[in-house]
Formats: sequence, structure tokens, C-alpha cells
Amino acid sequence: MRNITAQASAAATRLAASDVAVEVRGISKLYSEVEALRAIDLDFPRGKLTTLLGPSGCGKTTLLKIIAGLIPATAGEIRVNGKVVTGPGPERAFVFQDFALMPWATVMRNVAFGLELKGMGRDERQAIAAKYIAEVGLTGFESKYPHELSGGMRQRVGLARAFAVNADVLLLDEPFSAVDEQNRRKFQEDLLSLVEKEKKTFIFVTHSIEEAVYCSDRIVILSRRPGRIAQIIEPEIDRAASPDAIRRDQSYLDTVEEIWQGLKRYVD
Amino acid sequence: MKLFGYRVPMMASLIVWCAIWELVGRSGVLFLIPPLSDVLVAAVALVQTGTWQAAAITTLNSFLVGMALAILVGVAIGVLMGRSVAADNLLGIWVNIFVSAPLSALVPVLMILFGMGETTVVVTVFLFAVWIIVLDTRAGIQGVPPSLIEMGRSYGASRFALYFRIILLSALPEILAGIRLGVIRGVKGVVIGQLLVSILGYGELFELYSRNFDMENFWALTIILFAAAMLLSGLIESLEKRVDYYAGVR
Ligand SMILES: Nc1ncnc2c1ncn2[C@@H]1O[C@H](COP(=O)(O)OP(=O)(O)OP(=O)(O)O)[C@@H](O)[C@H]1O
Ligand SMILES: [Mg+2]
Repeated sequence: MRNITAQASAAATRLAASDVAVEVRGISKLYSEVEALRAIDLDFPRGKLTTLLGPSGCGKTTLLKIIAGLIPATAGEIRVNGKVVTGPGPERAFVFQDFALMPWATVMRNVAFGLELKGMGRDERQAIAAKYIAEVGLTGFESKYPHELSGGMRQRVGLARAFAVNADVLLLDEPFSAVDEQNRRKFQEDLLSLVEKEKKTFIFVTHSIEEAVYCSDRIVILSRRPGRIAQIIEPEIDRAASPDAIRRDQSYLDTVEEIWQGLKRYVD
Repeated sequence: MKLFGYRVPMMASLIVWCAIWELVGRSGVLFLIPPLSDVLVAAVALVQTGTWQAAAITTLNSFLVGMALAILVGVAIGVLMGRSVAADNLLGIWVNIFVSAPLSALVPVLMILFGMGETTVVVTVFLFAVWIIVLDTRAGIQGVPPSLIEMGRSYGASRFALYFRIILLSALPEILAGIRLGVIRGVKGVVIGQLLVSILGYGELFELYSRNFDMENFWALTIILFAAAMLLSGLIESLEKRVDYYAGVR
């Protein structure tokens, strides 16, 4: 484990330009009265999974949606691959907490929907969708409707849809919070192998410290509202080990404990 | 329904009421109510007459034109109200007044505005049907999960695609429910409109038969009308069931 903020704080949040997929510069957000985020400066390393962790209501979803271009920031700017964000763009894809699947469309159509909106032809987009349906382990369910799937399977559809548009940056807002515990563990393992395979930049929001430590290359801990960066931790877990070994590993447990100690003061 | 501990299907109760009608008719105590069998015979004869067919076509025509307008305008206003708070505040009071107002009272005014012809009937159908379609569409649009709209935006949907591939489809169950209720009100509208204008289609026949105390034909007309209205709403309901099935997770 490496505790970055404990070393040199301001400079440490920035990385060498070429390795950075997403730059957050001086982002603040005011919702009429509520100050959700205050002057956030943050770099997200390319090809890594960075987790945003923090107490409820600290602005994690807000930051993720600002990066997605779904809501405007009050101040500051976001750059993705060096280009300033003014709205949603094809280089970013969002995975929603409540899955956001179209209940009237089959798994195939849902997964291919991003490509359909781009105007891609039917055969081409279905071929691409089929590949990602297989990758998330849903082969055989192509013509099922969302209500015929379990929560975990629905989120796999959401994930496949995000992969299918071939975005560089995947934004995941508590993707597993509506998935039961057993499926959640399996899903985390699958996500890690997909991170490995797809070489994309993942920005991940979760409430679960264990999930953050297990999945992340980097964990950014936000303080209570207005959200500011409290701490940045790199768990440095040996991913070659088996999932069960990792969950019993001493440095894994220590990292979880350290984060808990940091977050505890925000819990009422 | 249960009777003396036995399960009685719904159709059975209908048969009981038909039997009561038949008996009351045969006893001859109420000359307004002829036996049901006579009414049914009259109905079969009636639908074969040119008068009835012409009246039915006039009526159906006014009804369909009025309904089509009500659906188009009703869905459009409902979407507007569901998506824009300003429009909702501006139009909300009026829609809520009209949805429960006794609209029949307006028909004479409509006659002054639109004359004694089919236009008045079409406008009556429209006014009877449109408000409930507006309200149900509005509710449907407001019930579209915000994340579904964000999903569309984040995957680059144009405004048009957002409305026609996501928002309207997501609100379809409520919109169909509104249309079903609108159809029932529209049937009322077409009859009341024609009765008050009274020289047109079904209304003309109603007027004619009731003035001459031709009760067999009067009831035959009524039964045909009820059956048509129930058939229409049943059709839409079966469509709704299918849509509900796909929208099961909402
Ligand atoms: N549309 C909005 N209007 C007003 N206030 C809002 C809005 N969205 C969020 N907020 C407020 O901004 C703050 C941050 O919200 P946000 O949803 O980003 O938090 P979060 O960290 O994702 O919380 P959680 O962990 O509960 O998901 C909260 O206090 C919330 O009440
Ligand atoms: Mg959130």
C-alpha cells in the first residue's frame, strides 16, 4: 500500500501528462444552496481502475456525472485525452447504479443501443454486441428481456453496453450496489479480468471499502460535503493471487483497516 | 363470485341478468322494456338496414377523427407538461378542471361555434377524450426513470431519438391506459354530440326510435353501442397487457 497524500499532497494528485486519461481541474459544484464539490484537482491514470470512495452525499455521483458531461460544473474544467469536456462524448461510457436498461428491449438490443444511436447498421452492431455479451458471460440470453434476468445479470448487460461503444473511459456509479453479495463477489472478479483484458480507464464509485481495495489500482477518498480530496491510496495488491487468497492477505486487510480509520470520523 | 358456496363465473351473472330482463319484458309491466329476445332479433335486423349502416359510418367517422385528434394533441400536451415544469404549471389547472367538468353543458356552445354538422360532433369527441389522455401521458412521462434519459444522453442520443426511442416508449403503458379511458369518454362524446345536434348518425336514430317509442330498436341500438365500446377498450387493454409485460421491471 502506498499512501500518496501523506507524502507531497498537491503535486502527487497530478501525474505525467501522457499517462493521464482524465484530468479534473478546479471542479466545484453548487446545487442552488448545496455545495456538493469544492475545488477538486485530480488525475485519473490511463488503463487503471480508480475508485472514488467517501461518505454518503459527499459528491461522488456528482463528480462522475460532471466527468460524463451529464451535468455542468459550477467552476473548473474536465479534460479527457487532453480535450475539454462540454457534454457527453463517445470516448466515455456510463454504467448506471440502477442499470438503466430499456425494459421493452432484449438484451441484444440493449447492449447494441449505443451503436444503434451512432447509426451503425444492424448486422454490424449485433456482431459487436454479441462479442461483449459473451465477454460478460451472458451468451444464450440475447433474446431475453431485462425483467427475465437477475440483478447481477442486468448489470452485466449495462457493462456490455458500455464496452460495446469502445469508449476509452468507463464511468461506473455503484454498479454492484443493487446486486446481491454472492453475485457481487463473482462480478468483482469478472470486472478485474475485464479491466485486464480491455485496457480501458475505469472510474468507479462504491460505498464498500472492501470492494474498493479489492478492485482498485488507486483509491481517492473524498471528505464529507462539500467533497474535497482527503486521501489517495494505492493498494498495490498482488492480483496474480487467487481471489480468496487476496481477501485473506494481510496487506489487503491492513489497507481496508487504514481506510476505515480515515472514514470513521465522517460517520455519525 | 360465489353463490351458495359454489364458484360462479362472471358470464353466469350476465346470464342471470339477461334472464331477469327477459322475464320483466315478457311480464309486460314496463312497456319501456321489451323482452331481451325481441331486442336481439331487432338488433340483427337493424344492422342489415341501410339506415343503420349509414348512421354507423357517420358516427364511426366522427368518432375516429375526434379520437385521432385527441390522441395526437393529448399526447403532445402531456409530454410537454411532463417535461417542462413551466408548461405544467401553466396548463395544469385547466386540464384538471376539464377532466372532471360536465362537458355536455358545453355542446350547445360548440354548436354555436361549429354549426349543426359533423364538426361539432368531432369537437365534442375530442373534448371528451383529450384531457384524460393528457393527464395519463403526463404521469407516464414523469415516471420515466431519470437514469434512462441520462443513459440516452450519455450514449449520444439526439433530441429526437431521446423522445422517440426512450421517453415515449418508456411512458407507453400509461399513454395506452389514457387512450383506453379516452376511448370510453369519446364514445360518450360522440353519442351526446350527435344527440344534441340530433340530426346525425346514431344520435338521429336514437332520437327517432325514442320519439316513436320503438323500444326494441332503441335497446338494440344501445346494446350494439355498448358492445362496440367494450370491444374497443378490450382491444386496447390487450395491447396494454403486452406492453406491461415488456415493461415488467418498472
Ligand atoms: N439535483 C440535485 N439538486 C440538489 N442537490 C443535489 C442534487 N443532486 C445531488 N444533490 C446534493 O449534492 C450532494 C452530493 O450528491 P451526490 O449524489 O453526488 O453524492 P454521493 O456521494 O453520490 O452520495 P451517495 O453515496 O449517497 O450516492 C448531496 O448532498 C445531494 O443531496
Ligand atoms: Mg451516488
